[in-house]
Formats: sequence, structure tokens, C-alpha cells
Amino acid sequence: MSTKLRILVPVKRVIDASLKPRINKAQTGVETKGVKFSINPFDDIAVEEAAKIKAAHKGAVEKLHAVSIGGTKSQDVLRIALAKGFDTSTLVDVGEQEVEPLQVSKILQKVVEKDNFNLVILGKQAIDDDSNQTGQMLAGLLNWPQATNASEVIIEGDSVTVTKEIDGGAETVKAKLPLIITTDLRLNEPKFVTLPKMMKAKKKPIETLKPEDLGVSVEQRLKVLKLEEPPVRKAGIKVKDVDELVARIKELI
Amino acid sequence: GSTLAFVEGQGGNITVASLAGLTAASQIGNTISVLVAGSNANSIASQLPKDVVSKVFIAEDPFFDHNAAELITPLVSQVFRDHNFTHFVTPASTVGKNILPRLAAVLDRQPISEITAVKDASTFVRPIYAGNALQTVQTTEPQVLVSVRGTSFEPVKLEGSAAPPVESVTLKEVPGSIAEFVNEQLLTSDKPDLGSATRVVSGGRGLKSKENFDSLLNPLADKLGAAIGASRAAVDLGFVDNSLQVGQTGKVVAPELYIAVGLSGAIQHLAGMKDSKTIVAINKDEDAPIFSVADIGLVGDIFEVVPELTEKL
Repeated sequence: MSTKLRILVPVKRVIDASLKPRINKAQTGVETKGVKFSINPFDDIAVEEAAKIKAAHKGAVEKLHAVSIGGTKSQDVLRIALAKGFDTSTLVDVGEQEVEPLQVSKILQKVVEKDNFNLVILGKQAIDDDSNQTGQMLAGLLNWPQATNASEVIIEGDSVTVTKEIDGGAETVKAKLPLIITTDLRLNEPKFVTLPKMMKAKKKPIETLKPEDLGVSVEQRLKVLKLEEPPVRKAGIKVKDVDELVARIKELI
Repeated sequence: GSTLAFVEGQGGNITVASLAGLTAASQIGNTISVLVAGSNANSIASQLPKDVVSKVFIAEDPFFDHNAAELITPLVSQVFRDHNFTHFVTPASTVGKNILPRLAAVLDRQPISEITAVKDASTFVRPIYAGNALQTVQTTEPQVLVSVRGTSFEPVKLEGSAAPPVESVTLKEVPGSIAEFVNEQLLTSDKPDLGSATRVVSGGRGLKSKENFDSLLNPLADKLGAAIGASRAAVDLGFVDNSLQVGQTGKVVAPELYIAVGLSGAIQHLAGMKDSKTIVAINKDEDAPIFSVADIGLVGDIFEVVPELTEKL
């Protein structure tokens, strides 16, 4: 008899991937007023993968749970997971405070332990801070195996085979549950959530907790001294034909 | 303070990213020790320069081949703690990205990912929002753990210096459950490595098919001795292997010459190549965003322009 899957997917609300963020005048952060926010694209892939696993292994999946750490507006990204077939969700309300990956991982560790999850699927990175840390940190805190940058996940009983994207190509690893997986771009293509499904998802539960309820304090270990624009490239030139292009390139090489 | 640097080998040589990591480690200013693990550890260690590295910890054991984070992390944390290091530096390779956060969590530290500049021993610059902002960040912790973006630092030179003294280490604590290595599918190519090439020819959706991608870009790359790269669209459409993707979520490159062919230049792609010294763009759409970062642009039909360019170079 194999273990029933209890899958946790953390989701983060971030500035939409198609937008170029504007740095505020004080150089302390980026402008968020009037800016479109979305689910972090890699988390969307994680949500989609969990939903696919549930569809493919009907009897074997006991629970799909989404968690978000953020302000009340993070309910929006939880609803996407709920609309895609997640059973339940938790908002860990930290208000407007930025939470560093270490503290995020500590909160997630408590959520995992509280509800006995045995598979956590996370986006490999959030496209705001680009840290690429939380999944690996959670694996370290739980002392679980980790399979990062997944491009394929195959589940057979309590054994999981993951193909990972690595620098020179791909690597396949196999692990027993419990396991941490982080998603890469090519794992799947998230489907768009229809409005009726979003409306239905409004009836599903979102539990709200404070970090203190989980015994975690949201302290910061890093100080952001400054945020600035990267140096702008000098305006280039347009050449009129290949001969001119060849001449320019030959000057360089 | 004192720094422990993780160094990776590939095909019996130290990776360029690891050598760039050593440069970043030197800028932090401490004495530097290095940890090398795997079957080739001794030969990798023997290539390290004594004028940069004062000591090498060697775990020569096939157990560490494939660099599983579940195995490397306890090894690094053991050496780090036993010798009271204050800094840990790793290249921001897929291996380094896999290890750094796990190690930091075990040590209860908040690491700093993918630094592009060292301000002082606790202050670093790193890109966020796909490189659209540069963050100067200072840690308040007594131990500092960073990964280093390879293209932002010159690799240390290896010639003209004897190898540093070595000490063998073995793992005292047996790690728990790990994701076991099954196999790997590595891309074999006669071209230079994308991550460290001085010239890159990169293609996008405009190539329209794998056949076009190969027949147009391979001769140009061969003529220039360049590596091949691609946009996310070209990878998703199956034109090339995913390990050749340049961008926020793929490889970050900064060659002397980057030629973008039939590639529009989404911000996620620009994040991976805009630090190239000279950018050449060829695209039929004169409004393509790639032209806003290109030093030299040519508006034209790539199917005519590229073969002519290859011939005339």
C-alpha cells in the first residue's frame, strides 16, 4: 500500500511578468500603486502540476492545499489555485511587510508539519526578488530530498521521478516521499482560469493566520541600502545593409 | 574573517563560473579556502592557484559526483562549522543554486543570491526584477553566504602558481533521504560553452523551424567560433535544447559579441544578455525591443541577410 499524497503549493503575488517595474524616488523599492499584480508564473506552473497530478492519480491524492504569505490581496492568487481544483488554502497575513526567503521557509515548515503534507511543489523562483531559495531552504529545514528546476514529474506510488534542468542539459533523479519539487518553465503550460470557475472558487475556504500563530517571527536579516536602475546602454546605430554590418563586425573581431 | 569557496569541476577542469567565484571571494578580502568534492577532487584541487587559495579541502569520493544538495550540504556545513568560516561563496550555477539555500537554512542564515558586485565583506549588489533593478543589500548576520553571477567577475588566472596545500575530509554524519541520481542527458556540441563563450549567436521565433535555426545559425556561429543561444520562444518551439536558453530563467551571458537573429527581445531575454559588450540585432521588425539595447542593428529579412553575412565575414 502506498502513501496518500498530501500536496502543498505555496503561491506568491508579484508584479505582472510583462511589466517593467519603476523604482521609487527614494530608491527604496518599486512603485506598486496602480500596478497589475499576478500569480508568480513559476507558482502557476506548480499549481497546474498539482492539479494534473490529482487528475491523473484520483484515488491517490488526499489533499491539495495552497498557501500564500502576503497581504490580504494575496487571496487573489489563492483563488486561482482553488479554481484549479485545490481543496483548501491558507493566507499567512503579513500585511505589507516583505518577508525574506528564510522566514518564508520557516512559515512553510510549520504549515507542512501542522497538516502532514508529504509533497511540496514550489516555483523555482519568484520573479520579483529572483532569489531562487525558498524550495531548497524548506528542504533543508525539513531534511527532505529536493528536486529543483523540474521539467517532468512522474509519480508511481510513493516514488517520484523528476527530470531537472541543469547547466549542461537535464538530469533525472528518483526519490521517495516526502519530497520538495521546484518547477521550471517547461514542466507544463498553465491553463487560463475561466470566470465561472473563479466565481465558484469564492465559496472555497481561505483560512487566515498570522505568522505568530505558527510561532514564526518575521524578522529581517538583510538591509536594502539602495535600489537603482541598471546602467542604460548607449543608443546604438542602424546599418543599412550587410556590407556595412560586416565592416562593423570586422572592426570588433 | 575567512572564506570557504565551493569549486566545481567539469570534464576534469575547474568551471569558469567557479574561477569567477574566486575573484568575487578575493574582493571580499579574507583568506580563501576551497572545498572540492567528487571523484576528480584531487586533480581539480591541483589546478588551483596558491596566490589566491590558501588551502583546499578535498572530499574525493564518487559519492559526491552529480553534486546532490542532500550530500554536499552536510559536507559544506561540517567544514564551514569546524573551521569557523565567516563567508561562503559558490558560483550561481545550477549546482550552486541548489546548495546555497539548503546550506543557509541548516545554518539559520539568509543567503544572498547571484551577486554582481562586492561593496564590502557584508554588502553586495544583485539584480532583481529580471535585471530591471539593482539592489545594494547588506547582511546583518555574522556569517555571510553568497552565490556569484559568473559573467560579472573576471575568472582568476590559473597559470604561474603552485597548487595550495590540501586536507582530506570525509562526511561524519550520514545524510537522510536523498533524490537519487538516475541518469543525465547532457547536450554534446562542437561549439564553445554558452555560459563562457566570448561570442554568441542567438536565435528566436523568427527562425520559424528547427531546420532553419540550424541551417542559418550554425554556419554563422562556426565562422565566428561562437556559441549558440536562443530565446525562450525558440526553446519552447523545439528549435534547440533548453540548456541553450538565454534569459532571466535560463543562462546569463556577457560575451564580447552577441548577435541576436530573429529575436524580438522580451525583458526576460534582455535580462540574460544585456551586459554583453557589443550587441548586434538582425530583425525584420524595426520596432522590435531588441533594437533598444543593440549597438548595431540591421532591419531586414533574416533568411536573406544571415547567409550573406556568413559568406562575407
